[in-house]
Amino acid sequence: MSKDYHKYLSTKAIELQPSGIRKFFDLAASMEGVISLGVGEPDFVTPWNIRDRSIAALSDGYTSYTANAGLLELREEISAYLKRRFNVFYQPENEVIVTVGASQALDLTFRTLLNPGDEVLIIEPAFVAYASLVSMAGGVPISIATYAENGFKVTPELMEAAITERTKAILLCSPNNPTGTCLNKEELAALAEVVEEHDLIVVSDEIYAELTYDQEFTSFASLPRMFERTITINGFSKGFAMTGWRLGFVAAPKEITSVMLKIYQHTTMCAPHMLQLGAIEALRDSTEQVEKMQKSYWRRRNLLVQSLNRIGLECHMPGGAFYVFPSIKKTGLTSEEFAENLLKEEKVAVVPGSAFGASGEGYIRCSYATSIEQLQEAVVRMERFLGRYVKK
Amino acid sequence: MKLLQEQLDILEVLEENHQVTPKSIAEQLQLDEEDVSKHIKQLEQEGIIVSYPTLIDWSKIEGKEAIVAMVDVKVTPKRGVGFDEVAERIYRYPEVKSLYLMSGTYDLSVSVEGKSMKDIALFISEKLSTIESVVSTTTHFMLKKYKHDGVIMEGDKDDDRRMVITP
Ligand SMILES: Cc1ncc(COP(=O)(O)O)c(C=O)c1O
Repeated sequence: MSKDYHKYLSTKAIELQPSGIRKFFDLAASMEGVISLGVGEPDFVTPWNIRDRSIAALSDGYTSYTANAGLLELREEISAYLKRRFNVFYQPENEVIVTVGASQALDLTFRTLLNPGDEVLIIEPAFVAYASLVSMAGGVPISIATYAENGFKVTPELMEAAITERTKAILLCSPNNPTGTCLNKEELAALAEVVEEHDLIVVSDEIYAELTYDQEFTSFASLPRMFERTITINGFSKGFAMTGWRLGFVAAPKEITSVMLKIYQHTTMCAPHMLQLGAIEALRDSTEQVEKMQKSYWRRRNLLVQSLNRIGLECHMPGGAFYVFPSIKKTGLTSEEFAENLLKEEKVAVVPGSAFGASGEGYIRCSYATSIEQLQEAVVRMERFLGRYVKK
Repeated sequence: MKLLQEQLDILEVLEENHQVTPKSIAEQLQLDEEDVSKHIKQLEQEGIIVSYPTLIDWSKIEGKEAIVAMVDVKVTPKRGVGFDEVAERIYRYPEVKSLYLMSGTYDLSVSVEGKSMKDIALFISEKLSTIESVVSTTTHFMLKKYKHDGVIMEGDKDDDRRMVITP
């Protein structure tokens, strides 16, 4: 009999929800000829100039630690980038920390913010890691469900309804994973009023900021009076096609970052030196390539949204990221059944909406970070699949 | 000539893959299918879309391997017609695959294709250098084609290395 390890392990860790994506991954990975609309990362490889810079850095022996917050030169570039692109200014010396992906920036943020029992509002459907990150930091994740009828947008009313005296922060993600929903300036400003009224902190996950399509991206900290209560999370993964580099950053008022840095220096010390040098190159000289990738996603979004609506998988036109979130309710299947049957019968992988919280039930996430040819073939297969499940 | 943004977008899509249908182009660019067809026709008529060749790597096919030489040609331009007349005399030969007028130490860059080095040598000595305004030629044989017109010949090494499903 195998040893019972439970008594050795942390209850909190044991009780964490495993990612709903994981289970699916094992099945999909074991099959051949699968077209995957399940990938939450760019299909581009990192632009060559960025790769080349880090190759050179490695050859030149940049293998040491850097300052905890990251190379000052990189923080200066990040600061200049945020100013140039989103009109927010953070002091490079003490308001920016380079992290191991936006993931770690989020983890660091919640560890820094939360006391036991503090509540954090999370807009659902939400990125799979959010609730667990809050719980692990001792906080209590409170979901705010949003609905397709309203384009999965959170409103001041929905927000008000979820606020209690224990609410400390709200986590916003625009453009959103998995819905692609993007909030415009007015919508964000309306939320800002509630934030101010209830004296909350905003954690703004802006990892998809470079990937917005029909409107300008608005960084939450750029709104009037919001700088002082916003923690901005961003990184290189999506816009620059650098997911595997594990490089992100957090920017916030120095009173917050100085406390973050105390945790960071003990947990991580710093992000990899040679990769930070590549990131400098990314911010200095890849605007054209980033725009090119953005435009390529735009084209694929248009194609996929029209195709899905045509075959009867209704979805709104998402304003950003590279996800479409169509309803599968008319099949009568749960989103897990839908995804599992679709994979088994037609070899198309999508992610069940339920992986992103209860309000994602009845939907699937389709990523269009794959070639036009593959998207078109996936639509053909899905149409065939629907023919068998939707009663005429 | 100034083009509309949607025409530029159409060109971009076609340059990637000219087999894409007007319907797909229309969906990708949020345009009307008929308008797309109209634009394409117009761009063809204006000579902006010149042709739709397929890039074939002949060197991979047994019996079809070809030898290519880049020839730097110095010429004396003719009064009144400049380089155009001699250029035309050269590019009309089917052996000539491309011809550019260059700045620098020579005038015309000519790529010549043949079945063997002897073929090419013969073409240069008998045809090219006997044209009266040609002053001299310098021939460089091409050993390997890595990238042609923006396309990497040995297949793109940037394969999909992503896992099938990620958050
Ligand atoms: C909304 C959201 N936030 C954060 C991340 C994590 O990004 P990173 O690769 O920078 O850790 C992702 C990645 O999928 C995401 O979708």
